[in-house]
Amino acid sequence: MSLKIINKEDLLPFVSNMLREYEVLGPVANDTGFKFAALTDAAQVRLDYNTTILPPRKALLPTQETLFTFRTDMPSVTPAFDMRWRVLFGVHTCDLHAMRMLDEVFARGNPDAHYMKRRATTAIVSVECLEACDEHSFCKSMNTLTATSGFDLHLIGLGDFYAVDVGTTAGDALLENHCKSHEATRPELVLLDKTMSAKWAKFPSRLSLEGKDLPALMGISYKSPVWEEIGVRCFGCGACNIVCPTCYCFDVRDEVSLDGKTGERSRIWDSCQLDEFARVGTGENFRKTHAQRLRHRFMRKGKYIAEAYPGQQGCVGCGRCARACLVDITPVGVWNALHKAHAM
Amino acid sequence: MSPIPAIESIYIPTLAWISKVETMTAMEKMFTIELPRGQSLGHKPGQFVEVSLFGIGEAPISISSSPSRSNGKFELCVRKVGDVTTALHNLDEGARIGVRGPFGSGFPVEQFEGRDILFAPGGLGLAPARSVINQVLDQRAKYGRVILLYGAKTPGELLFKDELQTWGKRNDVEFHVTVDRGDKEWIGNVGVITTLFPKITVNPRNTIAITVGPPVMYRFVIMELLGKGIPEDQIWVSLERRMKCGVGKCGHCQIDHFYCCQHGPAFNYAQIKGVMEAI
Repeated sequence: MSLKIINKEDLLPFVSNMLREYEVLGPVANDTGFKFAALTDAAQVRLDYNTTILPPRKALLPTQETLFTFRTDMPSVTPAFDMRWRVLFGVHTCDLHAMRMLDEVFARGNPDAHYMKRRATTAIVSVECLEACDEHSFCKSMNTLTATSGFDLHLIGLGDFYAVDVGTTAGDALLENHCKSHEATRPELVLLDKTMSAKWAKFPSRLSLEGKDLPALMGISYKSPVWEEIGVRCFGCGACNIVCPTCYCFDVRDEVSLDGKTGERSRIWDSCQLDEFARVGTGENFRKTHAQRLRHRFMRKGKYIAEAYPGQQGCVGCGRCARACLVDITPVGVWNALHKAHAM
Repeated sequence: MSPIPAIESIYIPTLAWISKVETMTAMEKMFTIELPRGQSLGHKPGQFVEVSLFGIGEAPISISSSPSRSNGKFELCVRKVGDVTTALHNLDEGARIGVRGPFGSGFPVEQFEGRDILFAPGGLGLAPARSVINQVLDQRAKYGRVILLYGAKTPGELLFKDELQTWGKRNDVEFHVTVDRGDKEWIGNVGVITTLFPKITVNPRNTIAITVGPPVMYRFVIMELLGKGIPEDQIWVSLERRMKCGVGKCGHCQIDHFYCCQHGPAFNYAQIKGVMEAI
């Protein structure tokens, strides 16, 4: 839409001003690194964070979410929607691409009101990474190291100021009402172009193929010995799913109050790596082995999502699953091994 | 931020009630369900509903009755195997339950008109198959030959015994039944369902085969059907998966790129032949 400039010293007041009206979730430091959390003070925001253990998708798809409440004594059902206005601040572009995918998954086919209403009341202020976060990320290979949509506002750090890409009218109003800004001047635009050009060289391409070629690679990899090789190592702990910004599979559970008269049905995060995931009532398990479950996960990440939702990606190269895996099963390792085996 | 979409939740069940409960076998009961204000479920044969017991959970159950016999009611033949189905078995007539659906693709019966239909359900597979069988029998003139092969483990596990007798007496249905293990009173065929195939001849080009049963049965029955020359895209199955949400979101029922709850549970063999983990 337009390009504005804000001074760096105006950033904290910007967050403070938003905090007066909205819940603001942003990256804050914790004992082991960083996490997205509801801010109580603007000064907690750490835009210099490298990554978080859990992705910010938890703001759009909470770990546990009430779908409806019910009464058991005189049956009645009341839907539950979370429509608090909130700002998700400081999202990296890999996670932004993941949330664009989630937006489409939950809006297409049978629209999911719980997700869509929460999404509609959430503004996203993203931030451009100017350096790779660590040795596990491969956003350059997945073409997610920048973004042109999916945000309301997008910040690009340029020394003493930020360039702000205004993505939506809501973003425009958010900036207008909460922060001093001015239209970008010619020298500021030149610096922006220079910074954006310079950043590419700082990111390694860690995949031996381009992300857009993953569906084709996966299409010929169903019977690869790689699945058995990594299946032997996998503990089936599901950590890869839990930290993944594009995982959205869920289980549904009922909980009842102590008197048994009321209760709620919620959805909770689930993991396709767990033994129970594909088991049916009669006991049959349609993905019994770790190798089958890993193949399913990598097929979703590299093929199914991209094919079911053209223009979207099942993996955004954030590297979180690689960091979380106890036995070093990584997307870069798996995809490069498959690529090498098939000598594409 | 954008305007809040005025849409309703796809996870809210409709409050329905059980108007009739019949015990079928030691493990299966048949429930007749009525929706509020006499509304029709509006299902296609082969579709399923999500049945809710508030405080217990939700389970996908295939619809046993045919649309041709709906009368504002539908039937679910339920085996007692998990939390929801066990709790359902403890309910009496008049109990309230939640229902979402119908979901899934169902069998495209209109496309089967003019064809010979070969049904080969096994065990509890007769529950979903019955919705197609009765739909076809209620519009009998629209179809060619109707051949029905049914197998269960023991005579005691045969479902819909009254209907089996009716089907057996009709002269426009070629009916064969078998059990894996007989008992003192059983005088019929003994052996798995594939032992019935030598008893029938088919015109393969004009035959639609519909087989519903446990995964192990599919491999052998499909082999028999292909052996009779029936083309792959004329062989239909209904796949069982953990269809938790029924609306293509939760991921549990995914088979390769298919969501069983959306693209299935009825598939033809040509669709799933090369798909790993399908059969």
